Amino acid sequence: MALEIISPGLATTVQDRGRFGYYRYGIPQGGAMDQYSAALANRLAGNTPDEALLECTYLGPQLKSDVDAVIAVTGSPVEVLVDGESVAQNSRIELRAGQVLSFGVIKAGSKFFIAVAGGIDVPKVLGSRSTYPIGKMGGFEGRSVQAGDVLPVGTTLTTPLAPLNTAPADLIPTFEREMQVRVMLGLYDHKLTDEGLANLVEAEWTLTPVADRMGLRFDGPGAAWKQEQQPFGAGQDPSNITDAGYAVGSIQIPGGTQPIVLHCDAVSGGGYAQAATVISADMDLFARMSPGTKVRFVPVTMQEALDARAARAALLQRVWS
Amino acid sequence: MTLPAHARYSWGADEFLLVEIAPDMSLEANFVANSMAAGLEEQSLPGIVDICPANASLLIRFNPDELAHTALQETLERLEAEVRRATVQELETRIIEVPVWYADPYTAETVQRFRQGYHQQPEGTDLDYAAAVNGLSGAEEFITRHHETPWIVSMVGFVAGLPFLFQLTPRERQLEVPKYLSPRTDTPPLTIGIGGCFTAHYSVRGAGGYQMLGITPTPIFDPEQKLPDFSDFMVLFRTGDIVKYRPVDEQEYRAIEAEVAAGTYRYKQAAVTFTLSDALADPDGYNHTLLEALNGA
Repeated sequence: MALEIISPGLATTVQDRGRFGYYRYGIPQGGAMDQYSAALANRLAGNTPDEALLECTYLGPQLKSDVDAVIAVTGSPVEVLVDGESVAQNSRIELRAGQVLSFGVIKAGSKFFIAVAGGIDVPKVLGSRSTYPIGKMGGFEGRSVQAGDVLPVGTTLTTPLAPLNTAPADLIPTFEREMQVRVMLGLYDHKLTDEGLANLVEAEWTLTPVADRMGLRFDGPGAAWKQEQQPFGAGQDPSNITDAGYAVGSIQIPGGTQPIVLHCDAVSGGGYAQAATVISADMDLFARMSPGTKVRFVPVTMQEALDARAARAALLQRVWS
Repeated sequence: MTLPAHARYSWGADEFLLVEIAPDMSLEANFVANSMAAGLEEQSLPGIVDICPANASLLIRFNPDELAHTALQETLERLEAEVRRATVQELETRIIEVPVWYADPYTAETVQRFRQGYHQQPEGTDLDYAAAVNGLSGAEEFITRHHETPWIVSMVGFVAGLPFLFQLTPRERQLEVPKYLSPRTDTPPLTIGIGGCFTAHYSVRGAGGYQMLGITPTPIFDPEQKLPDFSDFMVLFRTGDIVKYRPVDEQEYRAIEAEVAAGTYRYKQAAVTFTLSDALADPDGYNHTLLEALNGA
């Protein structure tokens, strides 16, 4: 069984839960940018949480299956079309052999997900099917899909769970134009000026178009770093540090101007100071933003971060029950 | 060189812990970071996802559902104390030779595309600039200074397999060069660059802010694992590897390039024990010993 790509969309890649344990070699975790929405798609398609799926960016692909298939589309709200007829998002969809799946224009966010029963069955590389385009590895030939690609699909799985035909409304994420993102201050926040720190956590920041799986850049009043004698090896700018590992979700502010939130394909290290890190429970939110989305970074404690993590796990538990 | 009495521990939210040995770069700080990383690795604690030793710090990724953050910090603080108490600091590693075509036409072409608005000194080349800011007579002297001492891999990261290397020579003789004012959007693959006090090998084509010195024909990231030096893993360098650059001309560059294409190239390398106190006490003499090990290989 296979999916044939008729047109690829803007940037459609194979993703899964991610590739962990190789960050020390500069190989990023990858994986679906909105892990919750990817899990929901797999659940609706009758998969386990581990199957690979397609992550679509703004403009979706057109594709068809060579045999009857079960699919599901989640994530950014978008019109889902089968042979030009509108079908429901966040639901189980039967795609007959030869029928063309296509999409309208997304109404919010930037990413939506197509799961197919059996999962996209590309070979695993370092334990994951996620695409790492810069390293030209993983996914389908290490790149975004192109017209004419034929993506292998695995055999349909037997899962002990009852089929879920439609996600209940309270399991479907919302897509707001104004968002709060919880962060923990730390890493190099002591290098920010008092005003810089206040701006970071009190100002409203606007997502710029410079945003992708590697990082998302925000516009706002700036957040200045202290003018201090720089340590040997760090570099001349006050925003420079001796090159160090970057936490996924950490917020760096090169030159004290635009904060950049590092996401799942980020570089693993470098020489820009970071002042805070997005908590794990809120990382999915960045796939639900689009340029112009207003964001406030809200500082929380470790305990609050762990509570939020537990709440997210409980929500996922509902998806998988 | 004195390190701060205690490392600085800071959380990168609920999954990351940063341990900064020192804000500034030194061989001693790098050694502590690497030793702590190795010590943590040995313990095989459940819930450790990734251990990333860096130049003067280390970054740990953990799963707080399996390993309490407080337990992780306590473990690391114990390790830090042990590492600092150790009187003999040794690293079993290797010295590896990397051929470099300095002042090659590929990086020279890229240099010309990123001058105005990118570079501090748009006239001239990156090598001319690097020589000038180090008070050297010109590119040739800079090149000699770059390859005459070995360098140690102090961090791997940024993108897949990219090494940062620190020069094994006293601080007053280390080369130090500012990064580009604004990063280039393009760098040829396998470019050798220098930024701050670090040399980097660009493993893949892409953005970069280091001054470009030359290019090597030998891969350092091989996802298909075609070359024998990559049979174990797709990334060549490990932190603690020692590198000796060897200048080559175009003819030799092409010959090595052909060996790489044929899948027969092997890096020249030798196993060595790196002893920190010896390296610090007599840098020139110790470098000589390291190079003898390589040349005996």
